[in-house]
Amino acid sequence: MDAPDLTGLKGQPLPQRPAFQRFLGSTAVSVAIYTAVMVVIVYSSYVGAKNMGYNWQWNRVPQFLYSFTDDGFQLGEIGYGLLATIQLSATAFALAVVLGLLVALLRLSGLVMGTAVSIGFLEFVRNIPLLVLLYLFYYVLGPIFGYDRYWASILTLAVFHSALISEIFRAGINAVDKGQWEAAKSIGMRSEQIYRYIILPQSIRFMLPPMTGEAVHLIKSSAIVSVIAVAELTTVGRNIISDTFMSFEIWFTVAIVYMAVTLILSVGVTYLEHRYTVDQ
Amino acid sequence: MSDAKPIIEATHLDKFYGDFHALKDIDLTVHQGEKMVICGPSGSGKSTLIRCFNGLEWHNSGTLVIDGIEVHEQSKQMRGLRQEVGMVFQQFNLFPHLTVLENLMIGPMKVRRLTRGQAEETARKYLDRVHIPEQADKYPAALSGGQQQRVAIARSLCMETRIMLFDEPTSALDPEMINEVLDVMVELAHSGMTMVVVTHEMGFARKVADTMVFMEQGEIVEVSSPDRFFTSPSSERCRLFLNQILEY
Repeated sequence: MDAPDLTGLKGQPLPQRPAFQRFLGSTAVSVAIYTAVMVVIVYSSYVGAKNMGYNWQWNRVPQFLYSFTDDGFQLGEIGYGLLATIQLSATAFALAVVLGLLVALLRLSGLVMGTAVSIGFLEFVRNIPLLVLLYLFYYVLGPIFGYDRYWASILTLAVFHSALISEIFRAGINAVDKGQWEAAKSIGMRSEQIYRYIILPQSIRFMLPPMTGEAVHLIKSSAIVSVIAVAELTTVGRNIISDTFMSFEIWFTVAIVYMAVTLILSVGVTYLEHRYTVDQ
Repeated sequence: MSDAKPIIEATHLDKFYGDFHALKDIDLTVHQGEKMVICGPSGSGKSTLIRCFNGLEWHNSGTLVIDGIEVHEQSKQMRGLRQEVGMVFQQFNLFPHLTVLENLMIGPMKVRRLTRGQAEETARKYLDRVHIPEQADKYPAALSGGQQQRVAIARSLCMETRIMLFDEPTSALDPEMINEVLDVMVELAHSGMTMVVVTHEMGFARKVADTMVFMEQGEIVEVSSPDRFFTSPSSERCRLFLNQILEY
């Protein structure tokens, strides 16, 4: 931060931080330190890979993302994998939001059984590893209810994240002032009308930031379904590597694709947050 | 007032919060068109009492008859009755995500099932009544406290209620805004609305009240006409209280 121009002011200048602290805190020095650290990391991994005798073949990567043939633009395997991941995550997230809202409303209903059921569900889901939950849905419940690996993946992700999303809903709903309930009741609105027209629209702004975090989290945890070979980004990456042995390039690429998607999502939601901001 | 029909009748009303006895054996009748002012020290149960009148709190024993229908927590009548009993809160409680006009229209549209056009007509009529038609498209946060409270009054009026309850409507306002709200309430009183007002604005009480009620520690200590109430209150506690709030 630049120091303000104090010339011409009548008051005594206040004491400044010691020179060494100012030096360390300056923009130039922090950029230099960051660059130095990055150079060390990248260089040492380059040297390490070279000592392993790794043969970098970045030029073979783009064909897996996209290609131009006689038919024009063609999506590559990773491109299709990304689409599959987005579809899987979007379906699971939509289900998770619906389920999460139901669990939250059950918890807030004030009914003894409602609270018990929702707390039971929450503790059950929160205290099992995601991988075990996936095996449960695929190997145990799948044959019983007769759904395939794709739906096992969607259900696993939806159930796992609905528990966390229900807590976001609960916090968002509780964050709306109690007076809003009373005012809405006093004009004769029914509970479901109060939720729909008064409480939920106001809680959106409390819920958007953690909800985005949850969506990002879900996209990332969707990678786990590669263990039951559902076609999506991570599975596609594994398949390409088993064909080409380019494990370094492909895992870097897959990581960057995940990052790109989640970053775009975060930026988009930041824009939405501005739209839903209401002054109190 | 004796010839008017009773519209709120509380008999032997008791209310507890856990062990705390918030309302003790309350007997009170409000007649149609009556203006009742309830005062008393904080914690005396006056807010609790009027919150019982529109079902934001429930009494634990006794009977409460509103507009000829007995209400209690299990009676399922309250939502219908809330459409007859409006409430204005100390903290305004406007809906911050809706414009002033939408604040006024949502009740008539969602509860009374009016069309958007009818609801808007009603909303503009009552916004005129509270003298702020030009604020219709603003959000509540852009209004001063006094304007917000007048919108809150209009929001209740839009439901065309027969009884209006006011829970310390001016206590959260800056001094220079109190009068604009009281003026609206005086006009409302002159229009014949039944009003039960919890307030310490004794000037307002002198101007409009038909009945003064003094509460302390969950009990009704005194019910009398304003003339008698301000000149020769029958209870010592009431006289002390009046001395305190009228001192300045």
